[in-house]
Amino acid sequence: MNKIIIENLSLQYSDGTESLRNINLGIREKAVTVLFGPAGGGKSTLLRCLNRLNDLTEVRASAGRILIDGENVLDADTDVITLRRKVGMVFARPVVLPMSIRENLTYGLELAGETRRSKLDEAVERSLKLAALWDEVKDRLEDPAIALSGGQQQRLCLARSLALQPEIILLDEPTSGLDPISTGKVEAALTELKKEYTIILVPHSVQQAARTADYAAFFLQGELIEYNEGKALFTAPKEKRTEDYITGRFG
Amino acid sequence: MTLAEHMKRTFSLNRHLVQRLGFTFITLMAIATVLPIVATVLYILIQGASAISLEFLAGFPRDGMRAGGILPAIIGTLYLTIGTAIFSVPLGIAAAIYLSEYAADTPLTRTIRIAIINLAGIPSVVYGLFGLGLFVLFLNFGTSILAASLTLSIMTLPVIISTAEEALRAVPQAFRTVSISLGATRWQTIRRIVLKEALPGILTGVILGLERAAGETAPILFTGAAFFLPQLPGSPFDATMALPYHLFVISTQVPEMPIQIQYGTALVLLVFVLTMNLIATVIRSRARAKRQW
Repeated sequence: MNKIIIENLSLQYSDGTESLRNINLGIREKAVTVLFGPAGGGKSTLLRCLNRLNDLTEVRASAGRILIDGENVLDADTDVITLRRKVGMVFARPVVLPMSIRENLTYGLELAGETRRSKLDEAVERSLKLAALWDEVKDRLEDPAIALSGGQQQRLCLARSLALQPEIILLDEPTSGLDPISTGKVEAALTELKKEYTIILVPHSVQQAARTADYAAFFLQGELIEYNEGKALFTAPKEKRTEDYITGRFG
Repeated sequence: MTLAEHMKRTFSLNRHLVQRLGFTFITLMAIATVLPIVATVLYILIQGASAISLEFLAGFPRDGMRAGGILPAIIGTLYLTIGTAIFSVPLGIAAAIYLSEYAADTPLTRTIRIAIINLAGIPSVVYGLFGLGLFVLFLNFGTSILAASLTLSIMTLPVIISTAEEALRAVPQAFRTVSISLGATRWQTIRRIVLKEALPGILTGVILGLERAAGETAPILFTGAAFFLPQLPGSPFDATMALPYHLFVISTQVPEMPIQIQYGTALVLLVFVLTMNLIATVIRSRARAKRQW
């Protein structure tokens, strides 16, 4: 079933660059959908439309609709705060907030009005376990988050989004700065997470796209070139441009 | 040795010499900048230390200010500094938050920025006249702590605004994006993350601004400073004695003034201002050591 339906989505930034051109795409519930393609293809822009983080950027024009559970989140009267709790995001560079590990995890919940210590503790443990970080940090939750290694920081960022119990998780090249072992841990966590969550991943390589995709969408210069089940797309692409990219002829 | 080798040797020796001379010169210049401050402090310390006593710090002036203490001036400067802080700190920080976090780059905000820069360049005596016109006469506050504090506040604002804005901008943009993505509003992000991280920088600016206010004479000359008062001010609408103005008075307006009292007063003012400076430095270095980005 489609969790997200993107209809005729176009977007142009204020500096004149066109980032998305008439995108139509359905995102399956409880699966990993990979958005891949060369840089500047509009993948990150699309992610940032889904949680309305583009509101922070200067966008000149946008058109189309994004339906999440049937509601158009691009509507002017959408409650973006609620939307962002429902659609969590992990960025390319792990950005831990300048506070303790524990506070990083409870930050969003406290803003949402949760004050009960038991609920917060529960969320800390649950989200750290989901992000495969619990065993490494359970004895030092009060330490500053910056003291963690890069790979641990990125899993903390993942856990931080999970603490809010979102339904959708957006990951924008979450492993681009990580070593292979940390990357493996993040990917393993995603495999677990897709049982419960709808995951949209912008991978940092075609290999990662092929490894993780249940469904895959190939983007080129703001256009959606091809969309299919991951296995089908990476073994038998229909479009010449997709084939050229995944076989390494350009990109 | 060939000629070429000889020349190479000579020139490389010369290069070495030039390097050393240049280095020595620059070092001397750097030392030269430290000398005036050290000399001033030492001179005032030596000249004024003998005047410092409990009576001097906690007593009223006697014999036409030629004896006794400077308590009313110390208390007055304290009041003026606090009064200035009350007005300029909230206003300055609010303006800095607006400029750093909310304002888009529009003709209006550009005008505000230019105004702030120019405000910093206005001579302090002009502020004094302005304060006299607006606060003392037009708003009818009289020559008072209130009018003087307000005048000093306007003078202090540009320092506070520009240092606070700089401190806010130094907080990485990524923190804001992450906070927003976790469902925080813009204000929650500012309050819980940006302000918290920028606070040491803001405090430093606040203290430096107030320190300048504490030492100024011209802006309070027409707006709140009294030549001599037999008692401490009882309300914000009273005039007050103040250290910088008192120093001016006893140095120029009182004949046969004992020199130690002049230097003693200067020493107290200097210690007052340098203590504030020291606090700012400690806050800054502590925050740097603790900073997580």
